[in-house]
Amino acid sequence: MDNFNALMDGFAAILTPGNLLIALIGVTIGTAVGVLPGLGTAMAVALLLPITYGMEPTQAFIMFGGIFYGGMYGGSTTSILLNTPGQSSSVVTVLEGFKMAKAGRGGQALATAAIGSFVAGLIATTALVLVTPITVQFAITLGAPDYFAIMVLALVATSSVLGASRIRGFASLLVGLIIGTIGIDAVTGQQRLTYGVAELASGVDVIIVAVGVFAVGEALWTAARLKVAGDDVIPVGRVWMGRSDWKRSWGPWLRGSALGFPFGAVPAGGAELPTFLSYITERRLSKHKKEFGHGAIEGVAGPEAANNASAAGTMVPMLALGLPVNATAAVMLAAFQNYGIQPGPLLFEKESALVWTMIASLFVGNVMLLVLNLPLIPLWVKLLRIPKPYLYAGILFFASMGAYAVNAQPFDLFLLLTLGLVGLAMRRFGLPVLPLIVGLILGPMAERQARMALQLSGGDLGGLVGGPVSWTVYGIIALIALWPLVTLTRRRLARKREAEPVSV
Amino acid sequence: MTMPDETAVRLSEEEGRTPPRGRDLAQLWVCGFLVLLGILAIIDASRLGGFSASNDPIGPKPVPIILGILLFVVAGCYALDVLRGGRGEAENGEDDGNFDWRTVGLLCAVFIANAVLIDWLGWVISGALLFWGAAIVLGSRRYLLTAVAAVVLSLATFYGFAIGLGVGLPAGVLQGIL
Repeated sequence: MDNFNALMDGFAAILTPGNLLIALIGVTIGTAVGVLPGLGTAMAVALLLPITYGMEPTQAFIMFGGIFYGGMYGGSTTSILLNTPGQSSSVVTVLEGFKMAKAGRGGQALATAAIGSFVAGLIATTALVLVTPITVQFAITLGAPDYFAIMVLALVATSSVLGASRIRGFASLLVGLIIGTIGIDAVTGQQRLTYGVAELASGVDVIIVAVGVFAVGEALWTAARLKVAGDDVIPVGRVWMGRSDWKRSWGPWLRGSALGFPFGAVPAGGAELPTFLSYITERRLSKHKKEFGHGAIEGVAGPEAANNASAAGTMVPMLALGLPVNATAAVMLAAFQNYGIQPGPLLFEKESALVWTMIASLFVGNVMLLVLNLPLIPLWVKLLRIPKPYLYAGILFFASMGAYAVNAQPFDLFLLLTLGLVGLAMRRFGLPVLPLIVGLILGPMAERQARMALQLSGGDLGGLVGGPVSWTVYGIIALIALWPLVTLTRRRLARKREAEPVSV
Repeated sequence: MTMPDETAVRLSEEEGRTPPRGRDLAQLWVCGFLVLLGILAIIDASRLGGFSASNDPIGPKPVPIILGILLFVVAGCYALDVLRGGRGEAENGEDDGNFDWRTVGLLCAVFIANAVLIDWLGWVISGALLFWGAAIVLGSRRYLLTAVAAVVLSLATFYGFAIGLGVGLPAGVLQGIL
């Protein structure tokens, strides 16, 4: 009941005209940036983070909650109308959504995505309120070795479970870890990997890395392929759902939410897997199986709900353990750290009011989005028609502004460009970006926990293994590491038996 | 245009493997970069004084050294993967010979110009130049309209964010005028 009261206090804090206005601004620009092609939620949050630098933490996080859900919602519009998913979690939405748009049912696709996002957001945020305190209870019992193990799990899992190629995932992760070691060592005060550059002593800011790799990298990548592609925006028509649309959507919404939240809440569950699972489930259950592949509304409703629910789910490990499991959570964690707040089990004790206000703002932002978006969809669609030169010039403009605003030093702009070139190379060579960001944030935290564990054990390496939790986690890591061997042997066996290639 | 069941499932894990095209040897640059990072990390770590305090038995050294070694290992495996024809994510890792170095170079030049000029000229002027230059490089041919958009945008962000929300943007030579 304590938490309930705290949440109510959070609502009370947000329901002032000034804070509501901030939430409204957050939701609006979050959607606007999320709608822009090529920009995912993480990029929207990273690009917009600097505008909160001048605010009080509470206001900043109210705006953040809005940007977060707004960006999520905006991304689906791009997937449906442009056939270009802004992020990997919207890939599935494209399958049916774009087909629906082509068949003249874009309005229905957008409506089911919007309402589905709202329903999923509502369910998942409620689940967040219920689950996070339990996770905190559990987290308090964990020691440094357990934390270290969980962080290693998150690192290994984000690089190897998601994405197409493990080795590229690990390459990206290591680059992130190396960037994370740059700067003054927190314990001994020695400078690492700065090579005498004074500006690097304080480390490389996560925001600059995120904006550089996501936004500048994307702009450069577009520049490199300017001649290749032109996307056509499909007209939407009326945004409206008929009775049969409702009937076919509500089941997928609920099932998608149920699938999405747990995956988001687990380290490295991510949003990709639940969206795929939701898609497959809806396909199996649907009475309109033949429509799948030609624009079935269930194929939009389910995955979009799963996507949103998993996004809310990622807030659980982020708030309770200080563990970001996707790029958006990573950027939000960086935002917390910017205000000198360290998410983790103590967060709910130390910054109780702030956290509950932020959670309340997620509810408020969710409602605002529904009210705003359904009528405003035609307006958002106009944003898709911004000519490419203006769009990417604008991205570079805001990226530079944000990066400069972090420390007010031009050095950061050079750093931003360097990281943008890294992002360009990663896109060219098909390296996933997420492991880099997660490695950058979790690397230093994992090192701190490891050193703390070794300090307690007096330097004995056995100190890295604590209680049953760390054993279990190391077991899971071993399982993930050995999994490709298992599939490989299975494939070989199958090949022997049938003398023809079999997948998985 | 129907999509067989397995395709949807497989998309997630085998995206990169489906189109069997030749080896992408340019990927070896990534290995080179990883090795370089590894060398930098190990050289720097060996330079660190090996002092350890009572509250920190292992000191700052081991982590960069471990990372350096891992970088070598991953670079090696990566090279093997490239030679065996491995690719990254299908959509991104495309090499259709259309990599436009000129546009990328010009865009970088515009970006660097902003970095060099921002403290002197201030955000309103250098930011406007950045937007204008980038839009022109990216193919906008309506020079005047672009310039107007650039100035409006940089003024709006300066007043909105720097003055309105307290974000630290420099006024530069226009100090006192804005």
